[in-house]
Amino acid sequence: MKKSKLSLLLVLSLVLSMFLAACSGGDKNEGKDKDGGKAGEEKLAAKQELNVLESAEIPTMDTVMGQDVLTFTTANAVNEGLYRLDPDQKVIPGVAQDMPSYNDDKTVLTIKLKKDTKWSNGDPVTAKDFVYAWQRAIDPRVAAPYGAYFMEGKIKGASEIVEKADKVTDADLQSLGIKAVDDYTLEITLEREIPYIESYLTFPLFFPQNQKYVESQGADYAKDSEHLIYNGPFKLAKWDGPTGSSWVYEKNADYWDAKNVTLEKINFNVSKDPQASANAFTAGEADITPKLAQAAILSQFEGTDELLSYQEPSIWWLKMNEKNPALANKNIRKAIALATDKKALVDDVLANGSIVADFLVPKGFSFDEDGKDFRDTAGTYLKADKKKAKELWEKGLAETGLKEVTFTYVGQDTETAKVTDAFIKDQLETTLPGLKINIESVPFKIRIAREDAEDYDLLMGGWGPDYADPMTYMDLWVTGGGQNHMSYGNPEFDKLIKAANEELQGKERWKALQDAEKILLEDDAAIAPLYQRSVNILINPKVKGFAHHAFGPDYSYQWIKITE
Amino acid sequence: MAKYILQRIIYMIITLFIVASVTFFLMKLIPGSPFNNFEKLSEVQRNILLDKYGLNDPVPVQYATYMKNMVQGDLGVSFQFDNTPVTDLLAKRVGPSAILGIEAMIFGGLLGILLGVIAALKQNSWVDYTSTFIAVVGKSIPSFIFAGLLQYYVAVKLGWLPVMFWKGPEYTILPSIALAMFPLSIAARFMRTEMVEVLGSDYITLARAKGASYWQISIKHALRNALIPVVTVLGPLAVSLMTGSLVIEQIFGIPGIGEQFVKSINMNDYPVIMGTNILFAVLFVVVTLVVDILYGIIDPRIRLSGGGN
Repeated sequence: MKKSKLSLLLVLSLVLSMFLAACSGGDKNEGKDKDGGKAGEEKLAAKQELNVLESAEIPTMDTVMGQDVLTFTTANAVNEGLYRLDPDQKVIPGVAQDMPSYNDDKTVLTIKLKKDTKWSNGDPVTAKDFVYAWQRAIDPRVAAPYGAYFMEGKIKGASEIVEKADKVTDADLQSLGIKAVDDYTLEITLEREIPYIESYLTFPLFFPQNQKYVESQGADYAKDSEHLIYNGPFKLAKWDGPTGSSWVYEKNADYWDAKNVTLEKINFNVSKDPQASANAFTAGEADITPKLAQAAILSQFEGTDELLSYQEPSIWWLKMNEKNPALANKNIRKAIALATDKKALVDDVLANGSIVADFLVPKGFSFDEDGKDFRDTAGTYLKADKKKAKELWEKGLAETGLKEVTFTYVGQDTETAKVTDAFIKDQLETTLPGLKINIESVPFKIRIAREDAEDYDLLMGGWGPDYADPMTYMDLWVTGGGQNHMSYGNPEFDKLIKAANEELQGKERWKALQDAEKILLEDDAAIAPLYQRSVNILINPKVKGFAHHAFGPDYSYQWIKITE
Repeated sequence: MAKYILQRIIYMIITLFIVASVTFFLMKLIPGSPFNNFEKLSEVQRNILLDKYGLNDPVPVQYATYMKNMVQGDLGVSFQFDNTPVTDLLAKRVGPSAILGIEAMIFGGLLGILLGVIAALKQNSWVDYTSTFIAVVGKSIPSFIFAGLLQYYVAVKLGWLPVMFWKGPEYTILPSIALAMFPLSIAARFMRTEMVEVLGSDYITLARAKGASYWQISIKHALRNALIPVVTVLGPLAVSLMTGSLVIEQIFGIPGIGEQFVKSINMNDYPVIMGTNILFAVLFVVVTLVVDILYGIIDPRIRLSGGGN
């Protein structure tokens, strides 16, 4: 009994870590997903109703308080911001009439709003609704977990408001860089030019909120689906609040683009057990399952048109803490980075479609002005090479005067993580003579705490993007950066990141980021990338036009059509 | 009797106080933050969050605040579930778990007792061996295997019952059966052992000598006495079933409390950990009291007067 509970606990923490790391993107089944527009050629089913499984409850539907991918996905379906992502990850206008117009140094955006968008209580959606939501998000008294994180250093005035902490006043909030010029014109002022600002604005934190409604509800606001109003393609119904294990999307007839929404209804249920989800799918009780990572389950559906598989921009790596004198040596770090057969790791151990990562910025995630993938123009680094690893290892040992080295390896306590960690331990120990690895498998929260305290030698971790730009992976490693936590520092790297943040634009900026990636991996071997994770879900082949996204919301449901 | 119960209630309150205190301090030893993505926030941003929830106060101050609120029935708000009051959270989740637990207990307990009695009355017959076999299987195979098998064969393959979720009485059948295997095997094993022992005791021989009928001896004299240890075991077992099974709740997609409890621990959702633990503790002490009172009803030899005497 005890043992069985434990193992399920592991599965649970795996599921949790999956949605914490967030997000998706980069397509394998291009044709399958992107035929939303063409679905009309096939005969539509009479009943446009879908059954979807989610792996967790919705923690909150107050968009300002959101910090979880399920909140983002739901908000993206039942609400709408200035812009949204289309199935090809292109930014398209939502409440905004058009793409923004900019001033000369691109720090002031003027955005005209559509005049015919409505809240579900009949109120029009106006520029004031955006101002109100943004001010709420940054207000330290509201303590929105993602508010300051998303706005500081980007939206003018945000940092000053955050610094005031609980002494902030309503007047202070007026200094935030967002103004309603009139009911349908919004002016946003940035700290500096942000090349990815348009896709950034698709993030649900920046969605509008109706001040009159929010304040009239008081503490009951967003308590359940009856205490919310909607302006998106769907309306949320039968949601019992954050503990609710089922909910419904109903088509919103008042949505400005309602003519392009075919689905009438989506029924959501929470299913946390991957095999049970697959069973419900097989029994026809579900059309779309949560993300499934277990090779044993996936193999049951391999080769069928029911399995949808694509790479998400989630990179997993081995962090090497340079506080350890051995790991302060570049050759030793490089030896560790080269010693693991990553191909065997993804093909035999993970066996879920994940791909080898000889890079840091994921594939299929960020694109330049010509639509070219960052990866296509950048190099690959730290490709597995056991012979070279051994040479470098011995060189490194000679340089440091060490003969035998023991590293503490912190990994997570999920089933997948444990198998992966055991494999890497074996690879490292057999390739590098004199190396001993002690694995410590800990729950997600503890792994984060250990990383924060730099209490590890090697640490298995990963990162999902917060916005659609390579910077979300690159600025993690600046000297003393909030996410560095491995005592890495290289002035040259810092300089490139600073330049990419503050001076450079377009191709030059791209080049700087690619050079920085080369320094980080090729020159310094600061971190050992292992694999880019893949998403696998089961989806009824009759469901066309399902769209998945690279950051923020996981999916868009509004373009789905069910065929006969 | 009344004096005994009053005394027990005072002990119960002391027990609960100790449980709450120990849980509170143990919980504070868990590393990590109760907030998602906390590692991404700057120092100022972190402090804003910590201040809002009183987590910047020294632990003894937090403890005093918590205990004061708890006595007034305020268990705080959940960090993970957008400030939902813990009492609301528990109220919504406790129902499904309790229903499953009670169903499993009635089904497993009664069937187990029946199996145990028959096995004892027909010692070393095929009935006995079958009953022992069922008991061993039920005890040694974890419930999630039963759950998985039932779900796959009965729901997916045969389509007799729904695969999962919680939408009506028919949805409770499979999880209840899966959950019942354990109490069934426990009840059957204890019942058989006790029955065999009681049947061999002097007063049964005397009853036989006096010419009491077979059924009178088995049911009236033997069963009643043999039930005492079974009730002792099944009482707390009933509580652990009613407080939810993570495994069963996950496999059948049931919005119960077991799954939520484990999640709250993983996420360091302090108020939910505390609230759930206190709820479980209350259930345990109440059931223990009920079991003690039941003893007196089953066996008049046990007198409940002034506990200490």
